Amino acid sequence: METLSKKPRVGILALQGDYESHRKAVEAAGGDPVFIKTPEAIEGIDALILPGGESTVIGKLMIRYGMDMAISAAAAGGMPIYGTCAGMILLAKRIESGAMRGGQPTLGLMDIAVARNAFGRQVDSFETEIETLLEAAEGDGVITVRGVFIRAPYITEAGPEVRVLAHYQGKIVLAQQGNLLASAFHPELTGDLRVHRYFLKSIPH
Amino acid sequence: MAENGGGNGTNGSGGGVPTLTLASGNGTDGTTQKATWRSKVGLAEMLKGGVIMDVINVEQAVIAEEAGAVAVMALERVPADIRKHGGVARMSDPKMIKEIMDTVTIPVMAKARIGHIVEARILEAMGVDFIDESEVLTPADEQFHLSKHDYRVPFVCGCRDLGEALRRIGEGAALIRTKGEAGTGNVVEAVRHMRSLLGGIRRIRSMDEAELMTEAKNLQAPYELVLEVARTGKLPVPNFSAGGVATPADAALMMTLGAETVFVGSGIFKSGDPAERAKRMVDAVTHYNNYEKLVEISADLGEPMVGIDIRMLPENELLATRGW
Repeated sequence: METLSKKPRVGILALQGDYESHRKAVEAAGGDPVFIKTPEAIEGIDALILPGGESTVIGKLMIRYGMDMAISAAAAGGMPIYGTCAGMILLAKRIESGAMRGGQPTLGLMDIAVARNAFGRQVDSFETEIETLLEAAEGDGVITVRGVFIRAPYITEAGPEVRVLAHYQGKIVLAQQGNLLASAFHPELTGDLRVHRYFLKSIPH
Repeated sequence: MAENGGGNGTNGSGGGVPTLTLASGNGTDGTTQKATWRSKVGLAEMLKGGVIMDVINVEQAVIAEEAGAVAVMALERVPADIRKHGGVARMSDPKMIKEIMDTVTIPVMAKARIGHIVEARILEAMGVDFIDESEVLTPADEQFHLSKHDYRVPFVCGCRDLGEALRRIGEGAALIRTKGEAGTGNVVEAVRHMRSLLGGIRRIRSMDEAELMTEAKNLQAPYELVLEVARTGKLPVPNFSAGGVATPADAALMMTLGAETVFVGSGIFKSGDPAERAKRMVDAVTHYNNYEKLVEISADLGEPMVGIDIRMLPENELLATRGW
């Protein structure tokens, strides 16, 4: 059946983590959210979110179910992908510190190195105001979002293709490389939809 | 709570000109706040769709992390052994907890006795990621639970029904788990408590405000929280399941009934092949509603832990009735 409104179908990797919070954020931002648990399901979506959670768990399950190849292929084909916290670690080319002993898998799609649990354990989790360049692509405005950082990572190195969109205490916490977007913090926990809207706008019609 | 209000300082930066701000121990640089309610509940949100495993030493913690546990609960004896050995069950040796924290990269939880302010403060001082004020340990206070908003670390507490869940949330629990009957390998009480909790939520959804005040009285729960649950149809914090989960099918059952993550205590390391069972539990939670996958996940897994018929347990050996 033809539908008049063509909302982008935004897949949310639902192997583990706060995929439910992302579902609500995507819906509120005007997308059509769908949970993704198998490689085949990636075929039907226009964009993908890698949620927060435990990067060790999501990374292992991704490989156990053969989803790493499917996601990498989709990324190579230009699919917009947004990773929050654990999702940012999964996008990274390299984990510089804090990886589990014996190493842990990442997709290696984005030219960034990350430090895991870099702001500390849960007692050091925090919220703060983050000034971002989210709007700068079109205008010149700096917009401030509430950043919720939970046992959060940050980006220690970014390649020449990477556009840094926000810092906190000198650390890169929001960055973009072509179709890939990564944040160390969790906009999906705040009700502030601007980062999700920014991501949705990058989806080709 | 360490709420360090407003202020108009700026930190972080836009356009690539980082303003370096020293990380202060108490976490304020104007707009930065630590140990907020949102950051506490936020960690619980990150643990959703996973398995939290009881471990008694570093070796088990490594097996759990390797299998895909989303967090570990560090304790000296799993509930099945606490049940067997009897005596007073207390907070675990901080040295053992610390070793586990230093070894695995996933969150580490630990248990304090109900109402034991100092055990909880010790765990907080160590920087464990979550404290379980747990009925599995022998209660230290039979009248008062901890005032959990006062701590920087988030708490998880057990419940058997909606009233108990809301009392614990009122005291500051950032995560609720239904109690089940720990250390039995029998899922029947976990099911009873989850159905009671979610049935309680469904019941109040159709009530008007006058009825809700009476319901708050009957539930012995804070009225504001009763109103909120009636309006939203869910607890204000995540809702996990614990107590008696022994097989992948048990874990998938609890997810089907509405749990958002599953705690597995004795079920893994009291079974024949802990590493494999741990992995299958993780798979079962992710694919809890995919029965074809659950066939594979459940097949050829060896011996589960030996279960106990809860009706054969004397009243004074029940753990779930501890706390109020």
